[in-house]
Amino acid sequence: MFELYGTALPSRLLLGTAQYPSPAILADAVKASGTSVVTVSLRREMAGGRAGEQFWSLIRSLGVKILPNTAGCHSVKEAVTTAKMAREVFGTGWIKLEVIGNHDTLQPDVFGLVEAARILCEDGFTVFPYTTDDLVVAERLLEAGCKVLMPWCAPIGSALGPVNIMALRSMRGHFPGVPLIVDAGLGRPSHAVNVMELGFDAVLLNTAVAKAADPVGMARAFGKAVDAGREAFCSGMIEPRDVAVPSTPTIGRPVFS
Amino acid sequence: MKLTVNGEAHEVAAATLADLLAALDYEGDWLATAVNSDLVHKAKRAEFRLSDGDRIEILSPMQGG
Repeated sequence: MFELYGTALPSRLLLGTAQYPSPAILADAVKASGTSVVTVSLRREMAGGRAGEQFWSLIRSLGVKILPNTAGCHSVKEAVTTAKMAREVFGTGWIKLEVIGNHDTLQPDVFGLVEAARILCEDGFTVFPYTTDDLVVAERLLEAGCKVLMPWCAPIGSALGPVNIMALRSMRGHFPGVPLIVDAGLGRPSHAVNVMELGFDAVLLNTAVAKAADPVGMARAFGKAVDAGREAFCSGMIEPRDVAVPSTPTIGRPVFS
Repeated sequence: MKLTVNGEAHEVAAATLADLLAALDYEGDWLATAVNSDLVHKAKRAEFRLSDGDRIEILSPMQGG
């Protein structure tokens, strides 16, 4: 059974809740994907507004686990305060920790990330750090108390898919016992299959589903892709080779000349 | 008292954070509050005294990736 921080999860797909055409389509996509964890955020509420309440009510009705994020935070202080506010509102110590370091690429400020992770782990949070594929940063995050790592495979929302397979393979090889979730950059179900075949434990995605022409269909496709990639990894794939090998037995082949 | 609430300037007669929320028509269990970048727990709002120039953030659940 797949577990994150001791919580058993039936699905290896984690799904974001932003950018869907409507709340109804979001709800249908979550169900179609089979996901058991969705990410949510906190934003400024308008005076007298009830947007937050409506959204929160919808999410609770889906019966999935909530992973709040610190999206948009550019400093350790912002991320830590946002995490604490999320813990109070959502009633969970789970936090997808983002400390953004660059406006164009939205890549993590890995120095701030490690510092924030240490503070939050010491405060009892269950930290899911959004990080790069850098092995040294990964080591530091584990030392800080993280027990799950979430490397990007390409910039958030880029839909490029895994742009550095070697780095992902290396990360998988260096941390065999650590749950690794590819977070950010996936565009197609084949990308999800690709990283799951490498042995990653799960994927987290949002834009690829939410901005698809049919988000519900795409959610279902990603759910199947994640399952297919996992099963392939567990089943032991054959190695590629440069020469042809006949699949039909050659023993008993008739000779007509 | 001059306060900044969710990035906007306000002139409000509110002694505590709970008073401010009531004055600006914020209510609900789903809100989280911070003053000058530090969380103020729900249970502490009634006793948390505001000062001139305080920066208040009032957040609620939103879609996220």
